Amino acid sequence: MIYLHLFLGFLKVGCFAFGGAYGAIPLIRDVVLSNGWLSDDKLTYIIAVSESTPGPIMLNVASYVGIEQAGLLGAVAATLAVVLPSFFIILLITASFSHILKTFTVQSVLKGLKPSIIGIICATGIYMIEQRLFYTEAAQEAFSLKALIITIIAAGVMFVPKHLFKKPVSPFIVIVLSAILGIIIF
Amino acid sequence: MTINTDFKNHPTLKILTSLFIEFFKVGLFTFGGGYAMIAMITHICVEKRKWISHDDMMNVAVIAESTPGPMALNCATFVGYRQAGFTGSLIATIAMVIPSFVIICFIAFFCEQFLEIQWISNAFKGIKIAVGILILDAGITMIKKMHKKAFPLSIMICSFLVMLLSYIFAWHLSSVMLLVISAFIALVFFGSKKKKSNANTTREEQNR
Repeated sequence: MIYLHLFLGFLKVGCFAFGGAYGAIPLIRDVVLSNGWLSDDKLTYIIAVSESTPGPIMLNVASYVGIEQAGLLGAVAATLAVVLPSFFIILLITASFSHILKTFTVQSVLKGLKPSIIGIICATGIYMIEQRLFYTEAAQEAFSLKALIITIIAAGVMFVPKHLFKKPVSPFIVIVLSAILGIIIF
Repeated sequence: MTINTDFKNHPTLKILTSLFIEFFKVGLFTFGGGYAMIAMITHICVEKRKWISHDDMMNVAVIAESTPGPMALNCATFVGYRQAGFTGSLIATIAMVIPSFVIICFIAFFCEQFLEIQWISNAFKGIKIAVGILILDAGITMIKKMHKKAFPLSIMICSFLVMLLSYIFAWHLSSVMLLVISAFIALVFFGSKKKKSNANTTREEQNR
């Protein structure tokens, strides 16, 4: 019953993958490799594809591994297994949200979590931009002028109308624009 | 978006249709994981559709990060439930999953050499840059809306510095770890503050 194995394997991922995709990847590696589903190289390739296609990375990996193992049905089993735990956990929290939210403990915890996540998000954004500008090639730090040009254009389109003129530009436009710029410049 | 007249007279169906369309779009355009998605969801659900408030968005982000599973899915489930109950959460979650599922199926069946195609990998190099900017934008928007008091500001700056240092020096510090520590500090801080103010009120009562 490969479908059941896929479902149970990815259910573990869905239940314990805290902290987004980058926290989930070690867990996925462990599940896939310990079951002997794929070789390490193939899995690395699948993770790279999943990062380059839209949608949550965890879901993409689950779908791809599912297909590799057992075709379309396998993909459905693996994807469902990742979706279901988070779906029901959020449903449970949301349904009792307004009630829980008013308690003093939860209020205090949220007051700590909110500023903390803002800091984490800003740090991640800055680090990701820095990663594109300075890349390592043959163990040497190099600066990419092409990346800098795209960064300036994309940042201009994103930040200037939104924070100076209060007219936000859709993030979709920024994504499409930078994809086109990538094709032209690189 | 075209909605025929029957839909317009049916509020639930209308909201379900727009939930589906918007989260389908988010699913199709979300590259690079959860944080980039916050910019997308904020744009759609807070600025464009006004489905949830900014403070709600902040709560979702925190809840999504502290629960397992992909952050984008958690947000879809939350907003869907807020708008149209269980059906809404189901529709929003499915809409979010479909695009990425179809694309992965297509690649796995027909296009094994996906990453070797030159123009796709170039487009993706461009997208990766935009992703960083979207994430930074989500952060800046949140800073603008936050309470600028000493406690939240110092938590924010500490988290920012620790996370950035952890990235630079590859400490592999989990963001969840950082969140747990912040929650603990807040609990102690506000707990002791409450105790103090309770003590003050009882003393005042005794003085009277």
